[in-house]
Amino acid sequence: MSEHLLEVDDLYVEFRTRDGVAKAINGVSYTLDAGETLAVLGESGSGKSVTAQTIMGILDMPPGVITGGEIRYNGEDLLQMTEDRRRKIRGAEISMIFQDSLSALNPVFTVGDQISEMFQVHRGMSKKDGMKKAVELMDSVRIPAARERVKDFPHQFSGGMRQRIMIAMAISLDPAVLIADEPTTALDVTVQAQIMDLLQDLQRERNMGMILITHDLGVVAGVADKIAVMYAGRIVEDADILPLYATPAHPYTEGLLDSMPRVDTKGSELYAIKGLPPSLLNLPPGCNFNPRCPYKQEICLQEVPPRYEVASNHHSACHFWEEVYSGDRADSAG
Amino acid sequence: MSDPNASLAAAAPETVEKETYLGADLPPEAGKGGQSRSLWSDAWRELRSSKIFVISAVLIVLFLIMAFFPQVFTFGKDPYTCDLTKSRLPPSSEAWFGYDTNGCDVYTRTIYGAKASILVGVLTTVFCMLVGGFLGTIAGFFGGWTDAILSRITDIFFAIPLLLGGILVLTSFPSGDSTTLFQEVGKVVLALGILGWTAMTRIMRSSVIQVRNADFVVAARALGASNGRIMRKHVVPNSLAPLIVVATISLGGYIGAEATLSFLGLGLQPPVISWGTMINEAQKYIRVSPHMLFFPAIFLSVAVLSFIMLGDAVREALDPKLR
Repeated sequence: MSEHLLEVDDLYVEFRTRDGVAKAINGVSYTLDAGETLAVLGESGSGKSVTAQTIMGILDMPPGVITGGEIRYNGEDLLQMTEDRRRKIRGAEISMIFQDSLSALNPVFTVGDQISEMFQVHRGMSKKDGMKKAVELMDSVRIPAARERVKDFPHQFSGGMRQRIMIAMAISLDPAVLIADEPTTALDVTVQAQIMDLLQDLQRERNMGMILITHDLGVVAGVADKIAVMYAGRIVEDADILPLYATPAHPYTEGLLDSMPRVDTKGSELYAIKGLPPSLLNLPPGCNFNPRCPYKQEICLQEVPPRYEVASNHHSACHFWEEVYSGDRADSAG
Repeated sequence: MSDPNASLAAAAPETVEKETYLGADLPPEAGKGGQSRSLWSDAWRELRSSKIFVISAVLIVLFLIMAFFPQVFTFGKDPYTCDLTKSRLPPSSEAWFGYDTNGCDVYTRTIYGAKASILVGVLTTVFCMLVGGFLGTIAGFFGGWTDAILSRITDIFFAIPLLLGGILVLTSFPSGDSTTLFQEVGKVVLALGILGWTAMTRIMRSSVIQVRNADFVVAARALGASNGRIMRKHVVPNSLAPLIVVATISLGGYIGAEATLSFLGLGLQPPVISWGTMINEAQKYIRVSPHMLFFPAIFLSVAVLSFIMLGDAVREALDPKLR
């Protein structure tokens, strides 16, 4: 049996829409251990959020359909569980933070009400005890004057403070896994750093496994232990954080790294990956990245690349990973 | 730099994250934590400063006092004490609104008529809100087949014209000598309610559909809330506003509809006094004694108008976009 805390195994999800079938996730696999942070990186539509929603069981079905794969939590397949059982896991064992904290909090109840609801639903606590816990939690996510502010409504908080409340709700029941879906995208840069610090501290204190979904390479660097890069519903490269930044083995990752502004490239034009992300309704044959790839050859149009082992814990789904891996990145950026 | 000691942060806001305290953006009383600003308390503040609301609220309070304590206005006169010798006498200092055919004081009867009219309006609205709110929530929240079936049933009832449905219900339960005011009112409420709930169902359904996919509903689900709890705590409180607006406006409409049915001799039956029955009795003498028609009609119009105005004011207060 697996020893991983959470294991996504060959997951397939598609959306059956009026215009056709959108293949959102095409065989995604990753693992997460306690105390570990996995960053899932990818642009809009790459399937990173859909994977998270499938883990949480909040995917809109229909139109979403899970067509294959397993998601094992402590060795047990979440997708086979009864809805009742899954609901008990949600929030208590696997919890989630959303991108936009203003719309993710109920506008008509005070934040204290909403945090204490977690204890009322899952622990059967009285409202009074729940409110006490809410104050403690707001203290632990460093909200000043928690005792007074517990009676405030979500719109009376700033964006950063609201995200802290969202975090407080998500960690209230000491979950083993925390999924953070672009937790800092809606915040300004200074606040982003504070929220990431807070998440990292909480994760260490509680030894949580954290999945950090983001499109921002900068957010990832300081926090994550390992990275999975997604493109068009597939993981194109996964590795520990340092090897991936130093020696990417997939042209897409390489392109992403090259398109980050850096101090030493001052004066030259910023690199951009050519073309547009593919339509999920009509994926290009072979390797999905081929229309935009500088390494493209005949084989890329015909065969889906397998998951090559680049080094230990480092995989790439590219026929020409060796060329990318050994290449000098500065040239392609030039 | 972020100090975990929160009390310190509160004492010296400038030392912590600059995003911490929002107090500056809010009116001083809100920052103190004494007064919270929810949608409803915001709406209440908005309402109090609206002239239309104040005028309509004062009128409605007057009508309510008329309905429940008519003696306050009638100086001890009894609406059923009539003197045939005074039949159809025009308004005078003794009887401000004149006398009707049976020599009853029109002023006293108009005041007493408020009770039945207001009762019909309020009870019908409550009935429609409960039925429509419940069915609309179920249909909107679950969608799919549940929604399809409930919506088609709603459409069927929606297609029945008010008069046809009213005649149907009211003739099925004919009044006898022993029918009390409440049975009489109950019949009319049933007739109007059976046809009125459809509008409320539709409003609630569409408003629930809007809220159903809101992020906070998804978040609540992700944090382990059950369907029942999501509906109760997250969906209904956030989709109630349009229903309340429509209910307030319809209340006036139901009072008018009661008058219509009573005018046609279908609704409330004498000896029950309502504005509708008074107008019904007065129509035969409209050319010789217009005062018999005029006064109850004015009361009816003002009552309907004040509820519609109240509804408008409430809508403005609840919809931030109109501010």
